Amino acid sequence: MLPGLPSLGNPVDQAAALEYVDVKIKKELADAALNTAKAKGASYADVRIGRYFNQAIITRENRVQNIGSGESYGVGIRVIANGCWGFAATNLMTKEGMAATAAKAVAVAKANAKIGGKPVELAPQKGYGEVSWKTPIEKNAFEVPIKEKVDLLLNANGIATAAGASFVNSSIFAINEQKYFASTDGSYIDQDIHRIYPNFTISKVDRELGVFETIRGSSSPKGLGYEYLTPSDAEKVTGVVTRYKNRYDLLEDIKQMSRVASEKVMAKSVEPGKYDLVLDPSHLWLTIHESVGHPTELDRVLGYEANFAGTSFLTLDKWKSKNFHFGSEHVNIVGDKLQYGSLGAVGYDDEGVKCGKWDIIKDGVLVNYQAIRDQAHIIGLNASQGCCYAQSWSDVQFQRMPNVSLQPGKTPLSVDEMIKNVKKGIYIIGDGSFSIDQQRYNFQFGGQMFYEIKDGKIVGMLNDVAYQANTQEFWNSCVAVCDEKDYRLGGSFNDGKGQPSQSSAVSHGSSTARFNGVNVINTKRKIG
Amino acid sequence: MPILSKEEAQALLKKVLSYSKADECEASLFGSEGGNIRYALNAVSTAGDISTTGLSVTSAYGKKSASANIDEFDDAALERVVRRSEELAQLAPENPEREEMPGPATFKEAITYNPKTAAMTPDTRADLVAKSLDVTKKAGLSAAGFLENSTTFSAVMNSKGFFAYNKGTNVIFSVTTRNDAGTASGYAARGFTDVSKLDTESATRIATMKANASIGARALEPGKYTVILEPVAATYLLENMFRFDARSADEGRSFLSKKGGGTRLGEQLMDEKVTIYSDPFDPDLPASTWGRDGLPREKTVWIDKGVVKTLSYNRYYAKKKGVAPQAGPENIIMMGGNTSLEEMIKSTEKGILVSRLWYIRMVDPQVLLLTGLTRDGTFYIENGEIKFPVKNFRFNESPVIMLNNLEALGKPERSISVESYRSYMIPPMKVRDFTFSSLSDAV
Repeated sequence: MLPGLPSLGNPVDQAAALEYVDVKIKKELADAALNTAKAKGASYADVRIGRYFNQAIITRENRVQNIGSGESYGVGIRVIANGCWGFAATNLMTKEGMAATAAKAVAVAKANAKIGGKPVELAPQKGYGEVSWKTPIEKNAFEVPIKEKVDLLLNANGIATAAGASFVNSSIFAINEQKYFASTDGSYIDQDIHRIYPNFTISKVDRELGVFETIRGSSSPKGLGYEYLTPSDAEKVTGVVTRYKNRYDLLEDIKQMSRVASEKVMAKSVEPGKYDLVLDPSHLWLTIHESVGHPTELDRVLGYEANFAGTSFLTLDKWKSKNFHFGSEHVNIVGDKLQYGSLGAVGYDDEGVKCGKWDIIKDGVLVNYQAIRDQAHIIGLNASQGCCYAQSWSDVQFQRMPNVSLQPGKTPLSVDEMIKNVKKGIYIIGDGSFSIDQQRYNFQFGGQMFYEIKDGKIVGMLNDVAYQANTQEFWNSCVAVCDEKDYRLGGSFNDGKGQPSQSSAVSHGSSTARFNGVNVINTKRKIG
Repeated sequence: MPILSKEEAQALLKKVLSYSKADECEASLFGSEGGNIRYALNAVSTAGDISTTGLSVTSAYGKKSASANIDEFDDAALERVVRRSEELAQLAPENPEREEMPGPATFKEAITYNPKTAAMTPDTRADLVAKSLDVTKKAGLSAAGFLENSTTFSAVMNSKGFFAYNKGTNVIFSVTTRNDAGTASGYAARGFTDVSKLDTESATRIATMKANASIGARALEPGKYTVILEPVAATYLLENMFRFDARSADEGRSFLSKKGGGTRLGEQLMDEKVTIYSDPFDPDLPASTWGRDGLPREKTVWIDKGVVKTLSYNRYYAKKKGVAPQAGPENIIMMGGNTSLEEMIKSTEKGILVSRLWYIRMVDPQVLLLTGLTRDGTFYIENGEIKFPVKNFRFNESPVIMLNNLEALGKPERSISVESYRSYMIPPMKVRDFTFSSLSDAV
């Protein structure tokens, strides 16, 4: 579930992120926890020692509003005792702290085991010994001086203000997760994970008319370092507006979006009805996330999320039939934990499983889900798919969405060629408002930019557009997907799930795709 | 550690400030201790016991400031975090909106702490969950639920003599009950400062009753209906409206902006039955008496009989506009009326009873147009009686427009938002012309 508003971390520390804790110290601490857990009666235990850094630089117009960064260091210990899970966490990073917390986790498991239920069944997992993995970044965002980031943002704001924006907000968020995992299976996994998200919002206000419009930048959050902010022509996709792959040109984008914001204020209100939709990857990622990513989470399918996020219409009988047509034959969707530049890319998940890639929807048919170790046996797998994640050391790990992406079309097709064949349609770029029911049938999505297509040509901008559909009907109305040249990743920095709610970052890739005969509504309303 | 007394916090913060060499320095301590149980399919799925303590230090030189934080507390670590914040502050650009730190202030002691909630253990949590599971097992339904208790404290001290401390407790419980066929779903949620008020058994019985009553839902045409929103549904919808910020209204980008410029302060924006206020000493929903901004939290009326009465101003913006600073709401209480839920149903010729709403998101911030769906018990009312369960609807509606179409209010009750888990005091309400835009097959 994506948040309505972005969340920020605690208040600043840049230098500390560059000082890594010695692996030897982490191993000693982890062993102290594992030994206590076993001695107290745990049949399995894992330890996650985490140092989590975030940095946020937030500006508006010609000023810096906040330079914030957070550092958090602690341990989460998960055990199975008497067949039940238990978890405890602390930031007392001593051997004594490890032992006391491991004992607490075992006590929690034993208290809950009294309630009853089926004992936990873990898919087998071999120990990897001492291994490591790092996000393949070129430039660590935490090494880039704050001044350089501030200058870039204020420069960008200046461009927007000069172009007539009433207000402009811009920001850069950087994340570094230094995670160490150890388990009684014999794994000691050290990982260094990086993510970055630059963005801006431009507002145009007409006080006389009492109206305002906002538009966001074309960037996406990425599993990259600061190199994402180094423009590259090879990473640009040109068209009605320029869009970006794994390198982003902030200054170019804020200039074009200033122009688009002015056009959006003047855009005509949409006539509701059925349209063929041409959806750009910067928009479609969110529809994939909500209508494919979430309903194929196995814990939702089984009922583990019923109290909060809900269950799923993709029940096990549909998967077992091997004939459930989730979408048209153009719809091929994969789970992928390795993809370069993606937010979900890691070497190993948070229960020590090496990550990979697999089919979820193949030629339109539901063929698989997303699973972790204690669920794998339910869908006949003898190994986890590596989808376990916790937002920090203080939260228990559970099943989270991998990158879930629509594969590009196999025959050459450009966006221009796709639009040429549309008689009455809307071309949507960028993500907007979003909402979907608790079983993922009925959804409504807005967008950033809406272009009316008439007889194969873009004829102008529209406003107040949202489309509503049933998930299965929508994906079966997919008649074409552009080829790999158009393929891009979008994503979310803060996808919420679970109780207490945890945030994870996930990417979704696609090329531009066409969906026929989708119901479009007009969202304009007035107070009084 | 992790929960410090007022005296312990004061001593530690004094030590932190003694290391400061900046023009101004502020140190804040926060800690949390508690645990949770999640259960699904009538068994515990995950559970945890978590404690954390943290320290944040902000140093300032004129208009330049920065913060650093740490969760270690030996003397060397304390000095290190002060030095780091000073180094960063020297590097930071000037922020014209930075205000001087506040001086000494006194705040009334809050009533946010309850020792019984603070004393909860893994075993007391397991017992409360076992009572809930007994109900669903006997009813032949499957339960998924969540119970979480927390004790938190925060303390702030600065080099100009400001000091404030608060300690609080909270317990929340929610449960969804479903049948094996997937054709029934019911929900109940509770939140309290004092755990002895939490009755997981009776809450689960309500969820069970809703689930059984929801079997056999029929499809109704979407359109405009009179709706009766139970407090948990109304809370989640209205939560999106509880930002009464003067600056965004002045800037023309809020539902509180006035056509032609300025804000709607003093305007009749809603039905005169609507009064919304904050009060840290509300016995059912106590809140802290101060905020991180150093401003007191006192009883404040935001909407008075439908008129916009107060807007919030941070210290920078208040100075700029020449008004007194006004903190935003720390808690929200909406005054109710005398109509019971039963009377609302009885007086309805044709309408929909809504138990819970789901996945509410902003469509148009200008009018606060929101979209979302009904969930876990939606019923058709005809001639003053509940006739049958109906399929869930998607709605597209603004809480501001909705509160202009208000017909009746019941007694406010403490209710938690199903997404943020924040507690509010909100009455059940009957509203005409509520806009449902499509149907959902979800149960």
